[in-house]
Amino acid sequence: MRLEPIAAPSWQRRLIPPAAAILATFVIAALLAQIAGGNPFSIFGLILSGALGSKFAILETLNRATPLIFTGLAVAVAFRAKLWNIGAEAQLYAGAVVTVVLGTGALALPAPLLLPLLALAAMVAGAGLLLGPALLKTRLGVDEVVTTLLFNFIFLLFVSYLLEGPLKDPMGMGWPKSPRLNPEARLPRVVDGLRLHWGFALALISAVAIWLINTRTTLGYEMRAVGQNAEAAQFAGIPVTKVILKTALLSGGLAGLAGYSEVAGLKGALTLDLSPGFGYTGIVVAMLALLHPIGVVFAALFVAAIFVGADSMSRAAGVPSYLADIMLASALLLMVLAILLSKFRLRRD
Amino acid sequence: MDILDILLSASFWAAAIRIASPLIFATLGELICERAGVLNLGIEGIMVAGAFSGWIAVWAGLPLWGGVAVAMLTGMAFGLLHATLSVPFGLSQHVVGIGLTLLATSLTFYTYRVVLPEVSSPPKIEAFQPYEIPLLADLPLIGPALFSQTPLTYAAFLLAAICAYTLYRTPVGLAVRAAGENPSAVAAQGLSVTAIRMGAVITGSGFMAVGGAFLTLSAFDSFFFDMVNGRGWICIALVVFGAWRPGKAVLGAILFAAFDALQIRLQQTAIGALVPYQLFLMLPYILSILALVVMSRRAEVPAALMVPFNKGER
Repeated sequence: MRLEPIAAPSWQRRLIPPAAAILATFVIAALLAQIAGGNPFSIFGLILSGALGSKFAILETLNRATPLIFTGLAVAVAFRAKLWNIGAEAQLYAGAVVTVVLGTGALALPAPLLLPLLALAAMVAGAGLLLGPALLKTRLGVDEVVTTLLFNFIFLLFVSYLLEGPLKDPMGMGWPKSPRLNPEARLPRVVDGLRLHWGFALALISAVAIWLINTRTTLGYEMRAVGQNAEAAQFAGIPVTKVILKTALLSGGLAGLAGYSEVAGLKGALTLDLSPGFGYTGIVVAMLALLHPIGVVFAALFVAAIFVGADSMSRAAGVPSYLADIMLASALLLMVLAILLSKFRLRRD
Repeated sequence: MDILDILLSASFWAAAIRIASPLIFATLGELICERAGVLNLGIEGIMVAGAFSGWIAVWAGLPLWGGVAVAMLTGMAFGLLHATLSVPFGLSQHVVGIGLTLLATSLTFYTYRVVLPEVSSPPKIEAFQPYEIPLLADLPLIGPALFSQTPLTYAAFLLAAICAYTLYRTPVGLAVRAAGENPSAVAAQGLSVTAIRMGAVITGSGFMAVGGAFLTLSAFDSFFFDMVNGRGWICIALVVFGAWRPGKAVLGAILFAAFDALQIRLQQTAIGALVPYQLFLMLPYILSILALVVMSRRAEVPAALMVPFNKGER
């Protein structure tokens, strides 16, 4: 068997496989829900109403989507240049740590100055954390997948140390938790009284900014060229190493912003469960969005809706909320397959 | 206790061998996949699935070796999925592997909650007990370290020997290695690169799952969610450290496990009181990165690793 590219795929050819992938995801979820003793159709109703059924639910979904937009963008930027950054989880925590360190009194500035400064510092922290693996890749050829993955474990242990040592809240009744941010370091809410913070707006702005970088700047062009064929890019005079390092800084910075937005916008303090795997889910978000920055926003909303909906479905129907994780992992695998099938056909020989 | 005392104690080396055993299984599994040209990043999830499926099978009444077989079959099923997506369809091995890890992990946790909805702590099983090999177990130092282990540990070393023999002394091994070095040459011989690579990924994934099952059936007697805890990723580093050779990979796993056993013991010494325990827990991961850096200059990577093969295409 071999793959044969289709010269000019028809619209059916481009549309049907991705649609079938989404449908198959729901069929798998329905079967699994049935096994767990739930009624498959009421399950999807419960997920939908849990994610979008009330003002509270919608705000919860938007809040959950915010870090996913940042980590999704971080992964999308990196993967587009074939820099396999699987370390967004650690970079997120790096941004969060810096936000807490500087936002609990170390920088005594008014909010309009402090907030942008904290965002910048979080970006630098996230970027710095990815720079190591990126340099190991460009200098020594060490695969960044494994190094960024291992960094996740190392950095989480480091955060655990900070929360039990230097960053521990003296008023925290012994819990591993940082002190709360000063009020000036908190991101205000978009509308008074509604539980949605400016981190969401910042995420949208970031998505547009990445889209502009991708489509309107030399760097955006170079990142794509390196991703498509690094050798050809080198031959065409693109400084491949520099482009990879710039990509790493951008990607790590975006993941750092996720940590900043979660701490300054939502939680107000750092704990070890700040992120329930936002860094890893960012990979699913980016792939579902086909690495397109505006697509990332919609994919993050979709993924967040499934997570929030599954939480409330699980409480109501007793089907484990891990169903959401299964749906997303299947969607990821089925979608990459669907995209291939919309461009290639499998031929027997 | 002095470091030297630790290093000369039989219980330390027995622990090192025990810690190395699951790593040996999974590293051999990854090595077989990579030798055939496929990077299998599903390893972490496959180990989780193997740990759970082997344990739940024994809990449901199967004998211990039945649990090992169930784990192996579970791993092979996930391996079939990985192989189908990454070999004939040639999808990005990075994306497929990460996706498979997410899928296998979430399916495992889901099944756990469905099978055991009410439990606050997971039930225990009767795990593999150490078996003292007659005569050899009486040797000083080596006896307790090497020959008083559980049967699954002996199986790990046996598997390493079989893998080394198969890879270097049999036609099957030659075909696997050639598929990872020069697939066009394999195709020119009239062999199917697709079949060889798929077979390697399925077999290797089975071994990874047994590595996971070692944790629940031999090292401990129960299943916990964060049980595998990055061991899969460490095994990927061990394959590189072992220069894609079974013998060196086993030595690497033992060396690595010795450091792990050492850090556990150092935590209880005077040094351990001074240094935060998180630093000790970080050591295995830092060590893995160092291993990758040290070995990076040697060009022994299978030439066609991560290169999809499409017949008739140059």
